[in-house]
Amino acid sequence: MKAIKPIFTQAPSQFAQLILALLVSLALIVVDYRYQHLQQARATLAFIVYPLHFLADLPVRTSLQFQQWSASRTQLMDENQQLHRVNLKLKAELQKYVALQAENIRLRNLLDSSLKVGDRVLIAELSAVDLDPYRQQIIINKGSASGAFTGQPVLDAAAVMGQVIETTQFSSTVLLITDATHSIPIQILRNGLRTIAVGSGRVNELQLPYLPTDSDILVGDLLVTSGLGGKFPPGYPVARVTHINRAPNNAFAEITAQPAAHLDRSREVLLVWTMHAHTNGLTEETE
Amino acid sequence: MPSRSVIIILSTFCLALLLTVLPLPEWARAYRPQWVSLVLIYWCIALPHRVGVGAGFSIGIVLDALTSTLFGQHALGMSLTAFLAGQLHARIRVFPLWQQALVILIFLLAEHLLTLWVVMATSQTSPNPHYWSIPIIGAILWPWVFMTLRNVRRKFNVA
Repeated sequence: MKAIKPIFTQAPSQFAQLILALLVSLALIVVDYRYQHLQQARATLAFIVYPLHFLADLPVRTSLQFQQWSASRTQLMDENQQLHRVNLKLKAELQKYVALQAENIRLRNLLDSSLKVGDRVLIAELSAVDLDPYRQQIIINKGSASGAFTGQPVLDAAAVMGQVIETTQFSSTVLLITDATHSIPIQILRNGLRTIAVGSGRVNELQLPYLPTDSDILVGDLLVTSGLGGKFPPGYPVARVTHINRAPNNAFAEITAQPAAHLDRSREVLLVWTMHAHTNGLTEETE
Repeated sequence: MPSRSVIIILSTFCLALLLTVLPLPEWARAYRPQWVSLVLIYWCIALPHRVGVGAGFSIGIVLDALTSTLFGQHALGMSLTAFLAGQLHARIRVFPLWQQALVILIFLLAEHLLTLWVVMATSQTSPNPHYWSIPIIGAILWPWVFMTLRNVRRKFNVA
């Protein structure tokens, strides 16, 4: 470097660059927040940073694999036996379910309403990657190569977790239902009352801000997806009501619920494709 | 073909990005230092003719993609940090390490507050009550970051 630098050759250009950078940043924030135009750029960049996600996940993945290798024979036998028992129980429940489903399809046929044949699921694994602490998001290891798409519902073994908001070839970003920007249409299983559950930004809390003070909801009520909005298939459990505050001077009750999914613990998640049988024809007829 | 210096600088940034998404236990997540900003500040001070506002902005965009935040959220603060560090590089270089750390604390705090401002403006999330501890942790780490990167710069003769 030169010993003596002219003061004004570099400074103004850096300053101009700063102003430009700040303006562009603000414009990007606004555009990204309000519109969808940056999806393509995001997908491209997400593909570029995929190796970093992969590397960050590597220690956890290898340690899990190592655990599996080093598991002892008795441990494996125990686990096998336990899985056997669970499987038997699930099979017994499934028998009942098959009969019920057949009955349901028959009744729906009588009613002439569109009918849900079933959901196809794919198991994806969570990448152990920490994203922004102010957003509730996770990354999973299945992407558009496996058929994942933006807006796809994601479940774990217990309940709804969230939806895919961005896919690359080999990974997807999932927005959890507890993110402050996420809302999910739900209904109370007990009486069918429909409302919307809004994320709180905390990992174990949902809020139900749109129910009047005198609505019929109790602590412990199970909330399931209502299927309105068309993103989430109906009937999947979402959360359980934990707290209700009916202040008489408010029009709406303050209700919080705890997600039934293990949002902070699940390692395996399910991607869901809903399949409708001849939906189009039927809806056109009814209209 | 990028020169060797560029490769070295980029790999230090990659390492910082990796540290940013490396899984931490739940209690430690709220205290993750701003690794990328620390590295950015170092290069802005050491090589102001190479790393400046443009680099800060670009790495901010990459960080946004990496952590799935709004585009521009990190770029905003990092452009400012890069500018400040570049403007004051001649002064900061001659400070003793602890005094450098104090200046770095101000840079990191400014950047963190800008990022928080974007977070608050775009979502209803309330900030982590210990948000001020993140720049402090960064400032405490500064001497080690500085010495490590200086060794890297001297060893590989980055200019």
